[in-house]
Amino acid sequence: MGQTIPATTQLETKKKKGKINIRRTWPLFVMVAPGLLYLLINNYIPMAGIFIAFKDINFAKGIFQSDWVGFKNFEFLFTTSDAYIITRNTILYNLVFLILGTVLALLCAILLNEIKNKFTMKFYQAVIAMPNLISWVIISYLVFAFLGAETGFVNNTILPWLGIDDWIMWYMEPKYWPFILTLVHFWKSVGFSSIVYFASIVGIDQSYYEAAKLDGATRWQQITRITIPIMMPVIIMLTLLGVGRMFYSDFGLFYQATNNSGPLFSTTATIDTYVFNGLLGLGDIGMSTAAGVYQSVVGFILVMLFNYLVRLYDRDQALF
Amino acid sequence: MKNENRGWALASHISFVFYTIIVCIPFVLLISASLTDQKAIYANGFTFWPSEFSLDAYKYIFSADSGIMRAYGISAFVTVVGTIASVMIAALLAYPLSRKEMPYRNLLMFLIVFTMLFGGGMVPSYMVWTQLFDVKNTIWAYILPGFLMNGFNVMLMRTFFANTIPKELIESGEMDGAGEFRIFGSIILPLSMPILATIGLMQCIMYWNDWQNGKMYITNPDLFSVQNLLNRIMEDIQFIKQNLPMNTGDALAAMPSDSVRMAIAVIGILPILLAYPFFQKYFVKGIMIGAVKG
Repeated sequence: MGQTIPATTQLETKKKKGKINIRRTWPLFVMVAPGLLYLLINNYIPMAGIFIAFKDINFAKGIFQSDWVGFKNFEFLFTTSDAYIITRNTILYNLVFLILGTVLALLCAILLNEIKNKFTMKFYQAVIAMPNLISWVIISYLVFAFLGAETGFVNNTILPWLGIDDWIMWYMEPKYWPFILTLVHFWKSVGFSSIVYFASIVGIDQSYYEAAKLDGATRWQQITRITIPIMMPVIIMLTLLGVGRMFYSDFGLFYQATNNSGPLFSTTATIDTYVFNGLLGLGDIGMSTAAGVYQSVVGFILVMLFNYLVRLYDRDQALF
Repeated sequence: MKNENRGWALASHISFVFYTIIVCIPFVLLISASLTDQKAIYANGFTFWPSEFSLDAYKYIFSADSGIMRAYGISAFVTVVGTIASVMIAALLAYPLSRKEMPYRNLLMFLIVFTMLFGGGMVPSYMVWTQLFDVKNTIWAYILPGFLMNGFNVMLMRTFFANTIPKELIESGEMDGAGEFRIFGSIILPLSMPILATIGLMQCIMYWNDWQNGKMYITNPDLFSVQNLLNRIMEDIQFIKQNLPMNTGDALAAMPSDSVRMAIAVIGILPILLAYPFFQKYFVKGIMIGAVKG
């Protein structure tokens, strides 16, 4: 009896295919309503709001009454050096994070796989993934504990050890920040991203390794000839995903870890911090709106490119 | 062969002990600073061991008039309400999309995926939430803009519903005369606990750690969350140092001392650190689901 029931319902749905049965499906529409309403408000109306990049925003007049200025905001943005600096910073940091990050996470995952004691392995995994749970505000405090001018650990303890007597005003000197931000980024994210790679290493069929051992392969050979080639699809997927996000920076890192310090603009400003500062009145709102649209459009093109590359590589993995 | 494996294991252990130390060092510095007497901080800077032990910072925080407990309460409220609401809304949207009977399901899927690819950006979103909905300086500013639901969570849930819940179960529910809501509430949700917990956890961490919404929409200090309170203190200190170089002493004296600030940061991470061992399982699971169907 139980086996025949699904068959009849299947027949029923087949019969009704082609026209919508409102009596049966209205509850499903009620269910999706809140979510769709939220997408409309939170995502689709703001997309339409891109028009404000073409206006001279004047809060006294209101957005709709502000004057149209055509591409003036974009002209202003691209005639200053700002556009160049924020684009360069966004892309260069992302490139370093992507390339070095993949190597470090992979290395971490491979080493983690060498630890055979399950409990110890879990412990290491938990510890190294933990920084990713910490908010950027707290991380800005951690960075400050090291780099604060008067009380920071580096100025008070490390520099005297090295025989340097002068304090360095870390939050005033742009030249150090590419290294500091890279360090902070990896401190937060390497352990977390290694988990993904670790999961796919664990999934590798052990018989490959057994066969290799019989042939006398060393551990190093096993890693370079078995583990890494098998991981390649995952590595390529995650890298392409990173390429698609190339125009978006990790906002918290660049805003909070630097304490949004103005003198650091040349090495720490990214498109996101630029837009945010403009919005909060610390910059030009017209130009930052234009920068936001610039980011959305180029970002979209990059994502489409990413998806195209994924399709070439593996049809099933593509988003659409 | 045996020796070689042992060599690798040893190298790994050494690497991870080193890594563990690197992870922990900043926290040790933070906790030590929160337990150090303010005068000692001025004299020696932050150190890994309190040069002069003092609990004053914590006494100040837990005293009634510091306002920190209220910020804590706001963070907790936002996290709980936001997490429950966002899991419910995402599940309600994802479930019908996992059903073959749902009309227009491909169109709806496209509408969701498209939000993952393209967005209006920060400024138009800000305009919508402030001009159309006036969330500024209300507690909803923490919950609604940006975080309540994202396409990624919906797609994860949809995949879970479609792959793990047997169709026959839904059909037998229909046979027994249960409506769609009944089926959703008494069959789907109880069977989907793993994915609900995973996404709930991700939302929970996101809400607790968020400072951006507060920074954009909240100017009233009475409504600050822990993150925004910390952020404001840091900003004020930077501002004083950069703009009032002559009388920083007086202005800084009115600010919470270094040890108090570090103590607030400590209690800001505490809930996450305490809960982490219990939710680590779901956390790792979440990353893996995300990686498989990113």
